[in-house]
Amino acid sequence: MSVLNYCESQRRIDDAIESSLIPAGDGYIHRINAGQVIRLVDLEGNQAVDTLFYNADDFSERYSAQATIMAQSSVYLTTGTKLMSSEGNVLLTIIADTCGRHDTLGGACSRESNTMRYAHDKLFMHACRDTFLLQLQKWGVTNAKRDITCNINFFMNVPLTPEGGLRFEDGVSAAGRYVELKAEMDVVILISNCPQLNNPCNAYNPTAAKIYIWNP
Amino acid sequence: MEPIYSIELHNGQAWSAVIQKGKIFKLTSLNDNPNVALLCYNANQPLDRYNMPDTLKGQHISKLCKGSCLHSDMGRLLLSIVDSSCAWHDPIGGLSTEAEIVKKFGHKTFAEVRNDYYRNGYDNFLTELGKHGLGKRDIVPNVNLFSKVYVNEDGSMHFEPQTSGKGDYVSLRTEMKVLVVLSNTPHPLFPKGNYPGGNIKIEVFESDVVDAKKDICYQSRPENFRAWETTQAYLNLSE
Repeated sequence: MSVLNYCESQRRIDDAIESSLIPAGDGYIHRINAGQVIRLVDLEGNQAVDTLFYNADDFSERYSAQATIMAQSSVYLTTGTKLMSSEGNVLLTIIADTCGRHDTLGGACSRESNTMRYAHDKLFMHACRDTFLLQLQKWGVTNAKRDITCNINFFMNVPLTPEGGLRFEDGVSAAGRYVELKAEMDVVILISNCPQLNNPCNAYNPTAAKIYIWNP
Repeated sequence: MEPIYSIELHNGQAWSAVIQKGKIFKLTSLNDNPNVALLCYNANQPLDRYNMPDTLKGQHISKLCKGSCLHSDMGRLLLSIVDSSCAWHDPIGGLSTEAEIVKKFGHKTFAEVRNDYYRNGYDNFLTELGKHGLGKRDIVPNVNLFSKVYVNEDGSMHFEPQTSGKGDYVSLRTEMKVLVVLSNTPHPLFPKGNYPGGNIKIEVFESDVVDAKKDICYQSRPENFRAWETTQAYLNLSE
């Protein structure tokens, strides 16, 4: 295992203006204004929290995994990472991280990709991209599937090798680990708390996550 | 075999086409330092599109080569790499933008140099996608044919120059009727200096009859074979 970047936050839970529990397999969508800070907590450990961000006023500008990894010439996300938009703007900055590494190339599970990856009879198992779709449809987005792009998997470990391989490994996260982000513009956060049961991304036991929001 | 279609894509240019199932779509570099950015969609239903994470996770790879398949986000196959002289095509390095091109290679406008102006991948894709009713929301992580980017243990990304050159080729088989969009523009990690690349020959051939039980792409991973089965079921229902 390579260097993990551990950085704690001094923010107090009591000062948060809002908190929400996101049960395993549930979705969450919320506007976050510029200057506000969010903290995502992996309550029980090794839980993938699949996340997308959009410009709150124009969803055609959205989180870009490729722009983000290219901007820092590194594929893993941690403290200091600027989450870049498809238009080259900074959406949010990671300001604290007690996990140390987050994936943004592994994507989100879907019912359809489960048939490809595991077996045809997995088609009706609950999956992240169904959650993303439902949340976007309820938010009022038309043709919402176009907005499901390459997401962040907070707390998930997907190492790439110099030889061109890709592995799914047990998480580097643990109960109570968190990541904190500051919004640099008005954004909408979309979360699927991953229900995947077919691989170790949730340690075969999806669990709840929690989100806190602080005002500037 | 004679191609049923051929065209030459000059340095910086973009191209898009709808191609029927069962064709071989071959790109050959006529110069050094080629890079061709590629996006691919189900032509009948463009909401069904190339998906980088599914392609990589399904095959446990962070590179594409002979035997790899390009998966859609609906569990289906769009393209298969049936042959290539390059051992590595890059699926993670993304797309050049106007700002990056100007920063690294300078600014050459149409007004100054006519059709030799410096184009970029993002504007090229946006322009071509617009011709098919698609736009910003449809730009997903692309493939960079002919280029190599590897990742070290610490996560750092490294562009390896000169891994391909004049005469190198890649042949892709269409697994359904697809919309292919290409941009012959520099890889975003290509070092500062002269605007690289050159001309690319595009040829389309009829594919031989495929025996799925023996095919190098369908058989390289059980995930590819299941995606092929899903594709057949989809085609049987929809066509």
